[in-house]
Amino acid sequence: MRQFLRVAWLVVQKDLRVESRSFEVVSTTLFFSVTVVLIFAFGLVREGRPADDVAAAILWIALAFSGTLALGRTFERERQAETLRALLMAPADRPALYVGKLAGMLVLLVLIEAVLVPLIGLLFQAPILRYPWSLAGLLLAGTVGFSAVGTLFAAMLVRARSRDVLLPILLYPMTVPVMIMGVRGTAALFQATPDEPLARFCLAFLVFIDVVFVTLALWTFEPVMTD
Amino acid sequence: MTRVQQLQLALAGAMLAVAPWIIDGAPYESTMGLVQKIFYFHMPSAWLFLIAALVAGVASARFLFGRAPSADYWAVAAAEMAVVFGIITLVTGPLWARKAWGLWWVWDARLTSSLILWLIFVAYLLLRRFGGPGSDKLGAGMALFGLVNVPFIFVSVNVWRTLHPQTSVVPTLPVEMGAPLWFCLTAFLLLFLALMSMRAGLARQRARIEALYLSEEEA
Amino acid sequence: MTRHALPLLLFGLLAFGPREANAQPQPSADEFVPVAEAPPGEQIPAINLVGAAYGFVWVVLVGYVWTLGRRMSQAERDLAELERRRS
Repeated sequence: MRQFLRVAWLVVQKDLRVESRSFEVVSTTLFFSVTVVLIFAFGLVREGRPADDVAAAILWIALAFSGTLALGRTFERERQAETLRALLMAPADRPALYVGKLAGMLVLLVLIEAVLVPLIGLLFQAPILRYPWSLAGLLLAGTVGFSAVGTLFAAMLVRARSRDVLLPILLYPMTVPVMIMGVRGTAALFQATPDEPLARFCLAFLVFIDVVFVTLALWTFEPVMTD
Repeated sequence: MTRVQQLQLALAGAMLAVAPWIIDGAPYESTMGLVQKIFYFHMPSAWLFLIAALVAGVASARFLFGRAPSADYWAVAAAEMAVVFGIITLVTGPLWARKAWGLWWVWDARLTSSLILWLIFVAYLLLRRFGGPGSDKLGAGMALFGLVNVPFIFVSVNVWRTLHPQTSVVPTLPVEMGAPLWFCLTAFLLLFLALMSMRAGLARQRARIEALYLSEEEA
Repeated sequence: MTRHALPLLLFGLLAFGPREANAQPQPSADEFVPVAEAPPGEQIPAINLVGAAYGFVWVVLVGYVWTLGRRMSQAERDLAELERRRS
């Protein structure tokens, strides 16, 4: 177990170090997510007023889009430098590598959320500070579910052709439950009369999905990544 | 095509051809009227859609963890069946709903989850078609995830109101309505088995062709 | 004739109307209330819908069998070609 966590931590460290040299993925993804939110604003704000109850949906859609982009970029970098193959050749537990990549992805997406949420609160008058902990919990649980599937699929797609288009094609139908629960829970917190029980139910369900997804991903990562 | 497949295919075709007369003989459902007869195609295809998804998931798991190459042939075949019977389900459903509910499409739990499951299998086929090397394993992982995902999709979509008639309707149907239903189900099942084994055979043959090409290149 | 028709109709409505309404199963909160009040132009004869469904089943199945047959014969040809080259 100690060994497992050490390997995972080393992978996270490696990813963060590579990223901190150029901030390529963070900066591009961040900018992308801001532009996505702006495009939604142009589509949904009428006469200076946003449509009702759209903030939650926009937040999660922007997150899904930027998450896909970040996943694609991260693994594209691994592919170009052939580092993923090197990692897989290392005498390390495959599941530990997966956990490391997943944790790195989570750090990245949480960073993006830290910018996205205030932006949406600002542009769509969403009461983001009404239930800060519930909102953070929903976002974190949703991000874990999304990245658990995303990391697995992106890693598997590294060797595939037309991976740029295949990643969202595979990822979006698969993460529908995460998206629905995330949007519903967040909308329940944002609406005029907040529905806390619904938000709590969504959070619990998201955590349940996370547990199943991560377990299944750990389980499939080994045979899928072995030639 | 083997003898059995030919026989199954011919029988299923004949059964489907006479199905309208058999269905016509079934009693007229009083509250829904004639449009209820779509049900005789809708329900068997919906069942086979789910069975196909199940077969694809189980075969993928066997391929991934049991390393049986033949399991992959069945996974592809079942995935294609899921797409074929899924599109039948998804099109006949709205045709019925238009009359019964007055709407082509409602976002109820079962409709929506069927649509998402269907999309997952379309994505699977796209991956198998365009993914290139290694897409068999990737596809297996995906089918497995898709299958595990089904209850989640269902529950999450159920956050919306459900409008679909309950499944418990089926066993309580009167015999005159049940018999045509079983007739159609048998026809669809025969077709399903024939097509799936043909598709699996095609996958096996393609694998053989690939192996031959490779050995030719080496020679 | 017409003088009697109107009271009869009214009587019929009073006598049978409510019972008809009562006889219908009360839609519970979970069930969908069918949109019977769709304008006449919106109504599609049921036979057309049933015919479309049946036709669609045939089109899809025949189409699939056709593509499958094509793919199978293509594979067969490839295989024969390869075996011929080998021998």
